[in-house]
Amino acid sequence: MNNGTREITYVDAGVEALREEMRRDESIVYIGQGIGPRGGNFRQTKGLWKEFGDHRVRDTGICELGATGLAIGAAMAGSRAIVDEVFLDFVLEAMTQVIQQAANVRYLSNGKIKVPLVIRGAMGSVRNAGAHHAHSFYAWFASTPGLKVAVPSTPYDVKGLMKTALRDDSPVVFIEHKALYNTKGPVPEQEYLIPFGQARVAREGKDVTVVATGRMVQIALDAAEQLEAERISAEVIDPRTVAPLDRKSIAESILKTGRLLVVDEAPATCGFSGEVFAVACEECFDALDAPPQRVCSLHVPNPFSPVLETQMIPTPERVASEIRRLL
Amino acid sequence: MEKSIAENTDVELLLDLYRKMLELREFELKVQELYRSGALPGFVHLYVGEEAVAVGVCAHLTKDDLVYSTHRGHGHALAKGVPGREVMAELYGKATGCSGGRGGSMHMYAPGYGFMGTNGIVGAGIPLAAGSALSAQLRKTGQVVVAFFGDGAVNSGSFHEGLNFAAIWNLPVVYVCENNLYATEMAFQRATKNLSVSSRAAAYCMPGVEVDGSDVTAIYSAASEAVLRARAGEGPTLIECKTYRFLGHHEGDPGTDYRTKEEVESWKQRCPIKTLRERALREKFADQAWFDRTQRETDAWLNDAVAFARSSPDPEPASVFDHV
Repeated sequence: MNNGTREITYVDAGVEALREEMRRDESIVYIGQGIGPRGGNFRQTKGLWKEFGDHRVRDTGICELGATGLAIGAAMAGSRAIVDEVFLDFVLEAMTQVIQQAANVRYLSNGKIKVPLVIRGAMGSVRNAGAHHAHSFYAWFASTPGLKVAVPSTPYDVKGLMKTALRDDSPVVFIEHKALYNTKGPVPEQEYLIPFGQARVAREGKDVTVVATGRMVQIALDAAEQLEAERISAEVIDPRTVAPLDRKSIAESILKTGRLLVVDEAPATCGFSGEVFAVACEECFDALDAPPQRVCSLHVPNPFSPVLETQMIPTPERVASEIRRLL
Repeated sequence: MEKSIAENTDVELLLDLYRKMLELREFELKVQELYRSGALPGFVHLYVGEEAVAVGVCAHLTKDDLVYSTHRGHGHALAKGVPGREVMAELYGKATGCSGGRGGSMHMYAPGYGFMGTNGIVGAGIPLAAGSALSAQLRKTGQVVVAFFGDGAVNSGSFHEGLNFAAIWNLPVVYVCENNLYATEMAFQRATKNLSVSSRAAAYCMPGVEVDGSDVTAIYSAASEAVLRARAGEGPTLIECKTYRFLGHHEGDPGTDYRTKEEVESWKQRCPIKTLRERALREKFADQAWFDRTQRETDAWLNDAVAFARSSPDPEPASVFDHV
């Protein structure tokens, strides 16, 4: 392709976006544990410290509350800041700063103080990491006024969304998925940005709309592939950002197919899946041929034993089975 | 006032500090009165008794320097230069308040004066201030950042993490602890093993200073050094001001369920405003006429602020969706 598209990993796509934006905008300062010489626990900052040095790529100890507060304060004072929580789970140490401070400052200052900040972290289960390292609570941020939330599922989306995040003057919670870091996909060399609030149709279909986020997009695509052989045509929608959410694209798809299945690695209760159900009920009620359904993680803490965790997290088989029931 | 004394800069400074403290005092007493009359929504936490701290510290700050405040922050806002009108209008929830009425007492922002917010969360300003100081350092602006916090904040994770960052990165920040001996109703001596807040600075290898919070000149001195250090790129300082609030934790709390009347009275005797006035009269660098005039001018300033707030419009209802 003319725009120099090549296959690169999800993690390298993120690094590319960061490098480009940090070159473009000298006010960007990046704070986080292990992001310096080590290049990040997931190699998510590989090469950045070498290029930008100690001033702009700042390794910290294990103090997410302080580091996140610092990033917010830096953003409030005229810098553009990134704070890497590394494992999204660790943002819990800093939640008061994220929710009470970052999300509120622009509104409460009547628009006078902006918070150009990216809060970065990786969600989801990988290698049976266990309960403390596997959360997928991205919905908590999406339901907080003042925050934007991106959940890219492909290398292409990581790069485009990260660049947008680093030009947005609002706090953006940028949530990658740990198990996707080594996946590969086509990414143009030429600059491109993906706007927030724009979903992607990952697979076109006509029998059922499947909305999925993060690693569950691939799970949904795998299920759709299996069902193709049974002459079931599933449309897979990847919202890419959960706040703002592209309700229009989701509704358009449900209006077309009449059926909705949500696949979410987070547990069902009070999660993102319910929000998509709300879109279906509010915008597509008369077009529904069946009640919306969801395949989510079981309502249990992440168990370590592979036998138990495999049971917990949605698989292509569970998704395919649920789609057959829907039809 | 005798001319020869009026030309003495130290005297001018002292009288300026007095005037500023008086403004803070009268403002807060008026807020108490208005609050009791039902004119103000929300909650207020009044600064009465602690004026020397805000005034002594902010005297060294320019408009570009930044201040992070607390839930007890009207005094900080005024001392930083936020106009009385804008603070009062904010307390009324009016559109002309510094936060357009969206913040009220505990979420009051005025970045045009370097005032980066009062805050409903204890200790929140400590890491935020370090971050703003980092930004100033990176952008080479020469700004200094001050974070005020109380004795209630010093056992929190925010205190530890914020001060540690300020120390390792040599940030241009001054941490000012207003130790008024009580965090809400909890006595500092019951909440803390080490009763010297300033001694904690040693844990972060930064200078720690303890000052008499009833003496505006002592605070002025300590702050001068700390601000100069920060501005010269020499890093952070922790200043502990031993002070006292004459009123309750919030308006509605009498403040005597957990404090003795004798204790409150003994601190009132050391009131920074009263003692400075007595000193000025005793040493004859201002006369009663000056004090009377200053009181009248303060009253006029305050009445103007209240009238402005009262007559200001409410925010437009449709504006509820702006800036989010």
